[in-house]
Amino acid sequence: MKITVDQVRYVADLANLHLTEDEVRKFQADLDEILVHFERLNEVDTSQTEPMAQVLYEAEEIATLRPDRPRPGLGTELALANAPVAGSGYFKVPEVIKR
Amino acid sequence: MLPMDIAALTIDKVREGLRARRFSSSELATAALQFARAENPKTNAYLTFSEERALAAARRVDEKLARGEDPGPLAGVPIAVKDVIVTNGVRTTCGSKLLANYVPPYDATAVERLEGAGGVIIGKTNCDEFAMGSSNENSAFGPVRNPHALDRVPGGSSGGSAAAVAQGTAVVALGSDTGGSIRQPASFCGVVGVTPTYGRVSRYGLTAFASSLDHIGPFGRNVRDAALVLSVMAGRDPLDSTSAEAPVPDYLTHLDGQVKGLKLGLPREYLKNLTSESGDLIFKAIERLKKLGCEVGDISLPATDYAIACYYVIATAEASSNLARYDGVRYTFRSPSSETPSEMYRNTRGEGFGAECKRRIMLGTYVLSAGYYDAYYLKAQKVRALIARDFTNAFAEVDAIVAPVSPFPAFKIGEKINDPMAMYLSDIYTITGDLAGIPCMSVPCGKTVEGLPVGLQILAKHFDEACMFRLADAFERAGGAQN
Repeated sequence: MKITVDQVRYVADLANLHLTEDEVRKFQADLDEILVHFERLNEVDTSQTEPMAQVLYEAEEIATLRPDRPRPGLGTELALANAPVAGSGYFKVPEVIKR
Repeated sequence: MLPMDIAALTIDKVREGLRARRFSSSELATAALQFARAENPKTNAYLTFSEERALAAARRVDEKLARGEDPGPLAGVPIAVKDVIVTNGVRTTCGSKLLANYVPPYDATAVERLEGAGGVIIGKTNCDEFAMGSSNENSAFGPVRNPHALDRVPGGSSGGSAAAVAQGTAVVALGSDTGGSIRQPASFCGVVGVTPTYGRVSRYGLTAFASSLDHIGPFGRNVRDAALVLSVMAGRDPLDSTSAEAPVPDYLTHLDGQVKGLKLGLPREYLKNLTSESGDLIFKAIERLKKLGCEVGDISLPATDYAIACYYVIATAEASSNLARYDGVRYTFRSPSSETPSEMYRNTRGEGFGAECKRRIMLGTYVLSAGYYDAYYLKAQKVRALIARDFTNAFAEVDAIVAPVSPFPAFKIGEKINDPMAMYLSDIYTITGDLAGIPCMSVPCGKTVEGLPVGLQILAKHFDEACMFRLADAFERAGGAQN
């Protein structure tokens, strides 16, 4: 077994993701099967291989940055337009520090 | 009633109709919207119709025509856009309950360019939640049904866009492809679907799933339309640092039928798990290409066996990071039962995400977590380099690669949804192109006995979409879509 239900709970905690007990059991089985499949990566000899984080072209087509010039942002009103709760120009969240 | 059959329109026919004044752009937009609304209950392809925006765009085209100005290469063309691509003022849900009410304050660059070329965006199409899935069954707004067989899936994740083009409610559509999400639905729905070179089209405004693998690409009912849409969208965008500076050729000038002597490779690793009917159609397509004068030879892409594992490590790792932003603070949905910030994060995500997104967030978080990073993520990035090297080696010998898109044609709704591993394994022929960042596409190559379309995949060198389109167009004109 690659992953236990306790590990599933631990990972859900890392991901800030609430799971029901049914989901924990279901994902334990699903993840276990998938992680067993991932094991086959160990069959590949990569001792001489550099990791590829991004598609790298031999040419320089993507080695480009735009000029670093300031430009106007969205503005507070638009930025807050989709907030579930907002007020006074801020995103509102539940109380962080109890008084 | 307009003097046109909307379901049979192509970009050329729209242009001719406007020029001959058989209809105005506004009349076409109104008729297209009406047709799409009437057809939608059959397939559930659209989630939102952008009537106001479409009519405004159409009016601009009509005004330009009246002034004798060039209205652009896509003038008046009804376009559907996958709902993971943001549209200013038009709801963009990503197929998720979390974003059911999200109205973006800006446009994706691709959308801006299509409208700038005269395109008329009529609506936003259904898809798997955050583009995660191969069947369109992971949408919070219900599955899309395949127009060729309503009890079957249209493929995914861009199922709504493929279905809209197949059904004829949009002339062309935009999709996104991270592991096959354009080519596989194109194959299942019998339309053309194109995944361009990574960086060819700006990702600005494409909701991020796996940033190193995400692409925007077009669907069309023929190669020509898809090629034209790509040429409009492609090119450097300062708002996406990974967008390429490479010049964009006029693809249409390459659709000249000159494929004699073209060297094509058929990867033997891609023929192992095919169902017999799909296999027969692929081999028939190969014979047709040989008749056109192409030289087809066997090639080997030995790292293919590791592609599924490699892809699902990298894609889920990047997804778990990208989806962290949906925390109940900025994007419309917050769980009502949250007394503390921590509860807000957990409950919002627990209640908001569907099962497949949760599964991928869990997998991605696991492979990135302390003690596992080297064993999974770093290892997968090294294997990715080997998969990319396979293609570099192959393209030293051949001009393009031909392969199946999917091991099987469209399956029944519900048939595979409870077996995530089987669903992941079915992506085997499409994920490699994304991992290598090369251009690839699906072009129809016939139908099964039951009438289910099958697509032929064509893959080419980085930035050589022109070769891919030349081959696909020659194949299409030689009757490739007929059995």
